[in-house]
Amino acid sequence: MSFHPLMLYDPERFQRSERRLLEEGEPFTFAPERRAALDELLTKYPPDRKRSAILAALYLVQEQQGYLTANAVRHVGGILEMTPAEVEDVATYYVMFFKEKVGKHVVQVCRTLSCALAGAERVTEALSHTLGIAPGETDPSGMFTLLEFECLGACDRAPVVMVNNEDWHERVRPEDCGRLVEDIRARGPAASSGCHLRIERP
Amino acid sequence: MEPVLTRYIREPNSYTLDFFLKHDGYNGLKAALGMEPNAVIDLVKASGLRGRGGAGFPTGLKWQFVLKDTPLPKYICCNADESEPGTFKDHVLMERNPHLLFEGCLIGCRAIGAKVAYIYIRGEFFHVQKVLEAELAKAYAQGYVGKNIMGTGFDCDIVIHRGAGAYEAGEETALIESLEGKRAQPRIKPPFPAVSGLYNCPTAVNNVETLCNLPSILLNGAEWFTSLGPEKNGGPKLFCVSGHVKKPGTYEASMSTTLHELIYGHAGGIRDGHQLKAIIPGGSSVPILLPHELEIPASFDAVAQVGSMLGSAGIIVMDETTCMVWAARNLLYFYKHESCGKCTPCREGGDWLHRILTKIENGEGEMRDIDLLTSIGSNIAGKTLCAFGDAAATPALTTVKHFRPEFEAHVREGRCTVPADWRAARTPVAH
Ligand SMILES: Cc1cc2nc3c(=O)[nH]c(=O)nc-3n(C[C@H](O)[C@H](O)[C@H](O)COP(=O)(O)O)c2cc1C
Ligand code: FES
Repeated sequence: MSFHPLMLYDPERFQRSERRLLEEGEPFTFAPERRAALDELLTKYPPDRKRSAILAALYLVQEQQGYLTANAVRHVGGILEMTPAEVEDVATYYVMFFKEKVGKHVVQVCRTLSCALAGAERVTEALSHTLGIAPGETDPSGMFTLLEFECLGACDRAPVVMVNNEDWHERVRPEDCGRLVEDIRARGPAASSGCHLRIERP
Repeated sequence: MEPVLTRYIREPNSYTLDFFLKHDGYNGLKAALGMEPNAVIDLVKASGLRGRGGAGFPTGLKWQFVLKDTPLPKYICCNADESEPGTFKDHVLMERNPHLLFEGCLIGCRAIGAKVAYIYIRGEFFHVQKVLEAELAKAYAQGYVGKNIMGTGFDCDIVIHRGAGAYEAGEETALIESLEGKRAQPRIKPPFPAVSGLYNCPTAVNNVETLCNLPSILLNGAEWFTSLGPEKNGGPKLFCVSGHVKKPGTYEASMSTTLHELIYGHAGGIRDGHQLKAIIPGGSSVPILLPHELEIPASFDAVAQVGSMLGSAGIIVMDETTCMVWAARNLLYFYKHESCGKCTPCREGGDWLHRILTKIENGEGEMRDIDLLTSIGSNIAGKTLCAFGDAAATPALTTVKHFRPEFEAHVREGRCTVPADWRAARTPVAH
């Protein structure tokens, strides 16, 4: 019985699991400086609460190899005293962890209401057109992944685009997308407009 | 009203410790450290400060509920997840005035007897986090955080914890779960965090803006704070105005300011050549208000009286080019995507609402689908562990309530009847 008498059940169309197993990937251990960073972070939580550092650990994995793999999950689990299933359970919940190989530049366009009112749908279309891929896809050269994201918390600077979970582009217009892509390709993070709140420029 | 929280944000280097110390920085904390913890709680209660995260619950009362008589450690969790669509005020405070937040956290810790405050910041605010981390290091180095703060013998640590992209992590018990290294899913309440929160210890979860109000309350007193706004809605308030206005932005004002004044005064009014159609006054989770309903104070109580909520004070403004079926579908995509999946009505209902809205927007809907939206929405709201369910049902319920003819026109004409040049050319799909 569902919560509503008219609810349709059709596993072919609606109630489909989106779960995919992580790729095994290369053997994984943290580079010494990342392991040191994680050990330092662990001192911020009670000694018997190591798993509090899991999000930080998964970010470190991504910093090292771009996305999460089964080998990395096992390595993190070993350090934080969690089973691989527990690590995967957490990892698959959060959208900022990439569960498959992504491009060098992951372009994340905010699609939520305020950005959409300012033309975010057109920005996504323009990026999609420039890159030749649909949202959710990676281009064949492995340079770009295009993703739609939810409200980034800067709706007064809509539409907002984030790159690689970090770099911040504000007030992106569809007609600028071609140039933006070329700029990111050429200059990486330096291409970002940054956050307008940062008035001190170097 | 003279800005209190954002007074200096446009000045260069306002985020630095040096600047902060020149402008009363950490003096509120100094005052708090000279008082008994209970006296701090009483002062905050007298100020009537209400939580700025969405619910408007009195902060002093929340602290009073925190279990004191226990050997367990106590915690402050600062909610810096700011992910309610249309909300971007904590962003401004943390980027431009991080020490104000640190000071607020420390005052909170002093009041409830905590030795650690965790600031849970959303993963997308990495550029903000870098500012916080650099400034926190300075505050530690100069003895404003850490051991023996300002030579008073008070020890307190602040830890910045990065989230990883989950709206539900803003719900207080889900935030605690996430801090414990689990999926951000809400807990059954009671017990409330004040009794059993982080690591099953007494915990107060407070929003960034709430904590940022504390230093000025300690410096200027409760009476000053209440005098800044209408009864029970005192203090300065940040309002985020976005959407079809000329000057979207964060504006600090008294809660006696009207919604009309915020939209037409502060935010410069509607784009040229367009008319206001509807606003969402408190972040995407609250019911719509219509143009004739804006002559009310933007306070928790006044907005509730007309059937909506001030929520996170994220005012989203839509002009006549906005299709309400499209807007509801946009938001339902958000809610179905962000549902944590724990409660059936929210997990299944949100997805279902989105499918029906997509169908109607594409011109494939039937008249009975419109009633179905209401029926599904009312079977989600109030039937979930946390307020996410109500939030997810609201965009569907409120748009059908106020704009039913627009839904019917979509069904009758078999197409979207309010096209706009800023929307995508592609038709939405319901996956
Ligand atoms: C789905 C959901 C999302 C929430 N997101 C946030 C958020 O991003 N930031 C926030 O401060 N409060 C958020 N809240 C409210 C918190 O649960 C909590 O009430 C608040 O952090 C308490 O702080 P305050 O008393 O200072 O307002 C959310 C609540 C729900 C139900
Ligand atoms: S809607 Fe895009 S940043 Fe808020």
